[in-house]
Amino acid sequence: MVSLAQRPLTSAETIGYGAIGLAAFLALWSALSLTGLVPRQFLPGPLEVVSRMVHLVGSPFAGATLPQHLASSFLRFAYGFALGAVVGIPLGLLMGWFRWLDDIVTPIFDGLRFIAPIAWVPFAALWFGTGVGGPILIIFAGAFPPCLINAYRGARFVSRPLIEAAQMLGTPSRRVITEVLLPASLPSIVAGLRVSAGLGWQSLIGAELIVASTGVGFMMVQAQLNISTATVMAGMLAIGLVGLLIDVGLRQVEGAVRRRRGLQ
Amino acid sequence: MIARRSIVGLGTIMVLVGCWYVLTSATGLVSPGRFPSPQDAWESAWQVTVTGYANGRLHEHILHSLKLIALGFLVAAGTGVPLGLLMGWSRRADAIISPIFLLIRPIPPLAWIPLAILWLGLGDAAKIMVIWFAAFVPSVINSYTGVRTIECYVVEAASMLGTPRWRFVLEVLVPAASPMIFTGLRLSLQASWTTLVAAELVGALYGLGRILNVAQQDIYPGMILVGMICVAILGWATTRLLAHAESLALPWLRTAEA
Repeated sequence: MVSLAQRPLTSAETIGYGAIGLAAFLALWSALSLTGLVPRQFLPGPLEVVSRMVHLVGSPFAGATLPQHLASSFLRFAYGFALGAVVGIPLGLLMGWFRWLDDIVTPIFDGLRFIAPIAWVPFAALWFGTGVGGPILIIFAGAFPPCLINAYRGARFVSRPLIEAAQMLGTPSRRVITEVLLPASLPSIVAGLRVSAGLGWQSLIGAELIVASTGVGFMMVQAQLNISTATVMAGMLAIGLVGLLIDVGLRQVEGAVRRRRGLQ
Repeated sequence: MIARRSIVGLGTIMVLVGCWYVLTSATGLVSPGRFPSPQDAWESAWQVTVTGYANGRLHEHILHSLKLIALGFLVAAGTGVPLGLLMGWSRRADAIISPIFLLIRPIPPLAWIPLAILWLGLGDAAKIMVIWFAAFVPSVINSYTGVRTIECYVVEAASMLGTPRWRFVLEVLVPAASPMIFTGLRLSLQASWTTLVAAELVGALYGLGRILNVAQQDIYPGMILVGMICVAILGWATTRLLAHAESLALPWLRTAEA
């Protein structure tokens, strides 16, 4: 019997199976490291990684403690992400409204889109240095496209009657954009922001691996050079956690916007 | 309408190239140490194609990067799509695997690079591992969604007609989920390129990222630009190739659009 039409699992079953899966995963990981099948230096067990992470909170590695590294990474991310949103969203809305702007920007944008954000690293380092400016450009390169695309799509799919009503009442272009297009495309924009944040965060890590001299990515590269696998894995865990927190925060915003629109 | 767009687009690009020439070669407003003039870029392209740069000539770098992309992408698609189909098909498998997935997914693929280097060194294996991690997730998620959004009556009709399990998988499940599978593969391909370039920038002996890395260290803007243009062209070409494969594999969607 084909099981697609099967009954949903009860919540007890979901939790039970989930626990089995997680337990199997952690057990396999611990077993590989504890039995020495994989040398401990290259695969520390889960507990070791967590204790290493706790240790890093208090004592510095590569010039700063883990929270300090995370803080400098997050600051860069916040600048780059804000820049992407501040440039991308208005440009997307304007492109959705003015055809000539759309015609001019789209070919440039389509050309640039195929350059992986991380390929901007050499120019970023050359133009803005490796401190704050360079990484910001790379985060911007990752976070900008989804902001622009979603604002543009949101503006293009605003229902015609709304725009026609506004025009019939003699609303000037500027007010149509701020008072009709922007509110109407807000759900799409917020969805774009979530994608942006994910790509921006990932670009930041890439940038820090290559050029920066502070931040979690830098800490991981130093740990890799010192063959401290536990520190590398603690860094991955920290990056994952912060990325998750950013996503959860933006998901709250998205939910709030959608609820106000009565979309859910 | 398309004609108007291409005319404006062509005009824009010509104006940009014109600005590029005026700002760099003609007036020198942008110094050649910041951004190359068209002539610098041309000379860099010539140098890397004919005499070679960063351990190899351009076609060797390109072939090396393409090989890694192809291997990593195929491994990721070959493991990710079946896993996604399985998770979509069996709620039990879904319940077992999802939590592990939730644990690993928030870690950006690029964060695996130091670990991959620790485990596998600077060679090809580390790059394939990182590409695999990057490309695996979109394949799984979209295949999963593809199965989950199959209409219930299709499944019921197939089981009512007594379709054996393997025929159900081959003739109902996979075709019905395939538009989503291809969406996932497209995202996987993009992720593959990003990760490969990053991994090669961190450390490699050949490849486009290697060109970029050496050019950065040599402060050679012309070569940086050539490397970036190559990345863009290859990214575009592989995406087109995948779109072509999609239209060959899913002929019924083409007729529906026409």
